[in-house]
Amino acid sequence: MNRTQPLVLGIESSCDETGVGIVRGTALLTNTVSSSMDEHVRFGGVIPEIASRAHLDAFVPTLEEALAEADVTLADIDAIAVTSGPGLAGALMVGVCAAKALAVATGKPLYAINHLVAHVGVGLLQQGGGTPSPHTAPLALPENVGALLVSGGHTEILRIRSITDDVELLGSTIDDAAGEAYDKVARLLGLGYPGGPAIDKLARTGNAKAIRFPRGLTQPKYMGTAEEPGPHRYDWSFSGLKTAVARCVEQFEARGEEVPVADIAAAFQEAVVDVITAKAVLACRENGITEVLLGGGVAANSRLRQLTEQRCSAAGIRLTVPPLPLCTDNGAMVAALGAQLVMAGVEPSGIGFAPDSSMPVTTVSA
Amino acid sequence: MLILAIDTSAVASAALVSDDAPESVLASFATEDTRTHAEVLAPGIDELLAEAGVSGRDVDAIVTGVGPGPFTGLRSGIVTARTFAFVWGKPLYGVMSLDAIALEVAESTDSAAEFIVATDARRKEVYWARYTLTDAQLPHLADGPHVGFAADLPDLPVYGAGAGMYSDVVKAVAEFSTRQPEALSLGQFALARLAAGEQLLDSSPLYLRESDAQVPGPRKRAL
Ligand SMILES: [Zn+2]
Repeated sequence: MNRTQPLVLGIESSCDETGVGIVRGTALLTNTVSSSMDEHVRFGGVIPEIASRAHLDAFVPTLEEALAEADVTLADIDAIAVTSGPGLAGALMVGVCAAKALAVATGKPLYAINHLVAHVGVGLLQQGGGTPSPHTAPLALPENVGALLVSGGHTEILRIRSITDDVELLGSTIDDAAGEAYDKVARLLGLGYPGGPAIDKLARTGNAKAIRFPRGLTQPKYMGTAEEPGPHRYDWSFSGLKTAVARCVEQFEARGEEVPVADIAAAFQEAVVDVITAKAVLACRENGITEVLLGGGVAANSRLRQLTEQRCSAAGIRLTVPPLPLCTDNGAMVAALGAQLVMAGVEPSGIGFAPDSSMPVTTVSA
Repeated sequence: MLILAIDTSAVASAALVSDDAPESVLASFATEDTRTHAEVLAPGIDELLAEAGVSGRDVDAIVTGVGPGPFTGLRSGIVTARTFAFVWGKPLYGVMSLDAIALEVAESTDSAAEFIVATDARRKEVYWARYTLTDAQLPHLADGPHVGFAADLPDLPVYGAGAGMYSDVVKAVAEFSTRQPEALSLGQFALARLAAGEQLLDSSPLYLRESDAQVPGPRKRAL
């Protein structure tokens, strides 16, 4: 196996995107994604069984397209990587079985990797070009690196000491993911699915200060102090916020007043973004993190990007945001992390592992 | 003709069948477990190929059971079969999974001329199909597959694990009361039908049930 510039094919199927990406070392060759998002619109959220059915039908065509786009054959590939968790169990199963079949049929080594760490790994791809870099070793991570991941499926702040074997979860949501909260509130406001872009757009025309929604888990009993942290110092909760929005809408209706949808959207967005960035920056400062990567689909949110930039720069933290197609779930991030594992000399996972819908971030590869 | 057959409609199973081999069998494996497909299927196939000394070049076609069966397990076999067919550049065929048991019934000594095959569909239901037999012919699928309550099955002998589970309400045939569809019989059935010039299915899964998704109703206004 070529361990200096490995050609790695990555497979992603943890939610509603079927992704196949191919990288050579840290150079991105292709990022092919087939999404079942349109099929979930009428339900107002991702339906696991519908996503799983879509993965089954999308896998081979997506693989074929990725190979053609990267202009490589399966024989050229050095290793295969697949998301084995966390994610929707039935959806993961399709990608994992496909990846194992690919490994058996081609005789190539297989890496079972962590989806969340892959969101970070994508940040190690070189930007703006397909030319392989002269690196002969894994790209070294700067010291004190963190990652803020915000999507429809997860909301986490991580510390990464080594992308291949030392990742720590500093905080995460204890109920809904931020993107899920956007979807639920968008439905309450009659804005359709996916909720993120709809609320982001409408919020620009509203007054975020017109209403104040609660910031979850910010009371002293949860926060504690830096010296004696409370039980949820760096954690988030969005289910109470969703309830508060519902109550607010009901109150306007009960009074027979027109619901100020734009103001509610703006105030809701402000509450989400404020608490995410405040806690993320707090976690960074108290853990000596000076470099942060923002990942996940909600990285597309204009207000989240703005406030994250603002607060990071005020705290002296350098922020990196990968191009959006690499922030949302995709196969390139899986391939990128797979390549790091190959370059670091990590052994493949074999073909006997099980997908793990609640795989912890401390498990970078199975 | 050498076929790699895979079925995960109940247990995880795979087989290499060939019209050149005695009883058409080169090698096969089947688990007893119905919930570990993702772990055991690929290693099982890997071993199967190694033991038989068969590589992708030697295989002429891939056959997959297309169910009915519990969705997640069913998909694991179909996506595996589709991937093998793509990588090896071989034709891919589907066979209705209950046919595997029907073939075993036809080859048994006390088969009825008309019978039902049933497997567990969970949620207190069974997947079932009705078959007829004429001398020296392959079993003929007369009706199905369907999903429903065992108590509503036609009044015929019922073969397969779906009969054993509900032997209080159906005429379960004892020797078959724990029988699950397996790739070996499925592959033999495919081989026989291809030899007879018959068409097989494509690899589309027979889910028989919609996803449970509910379109949310309009939110109640607080008025
Ligand atoms: Zn993700």
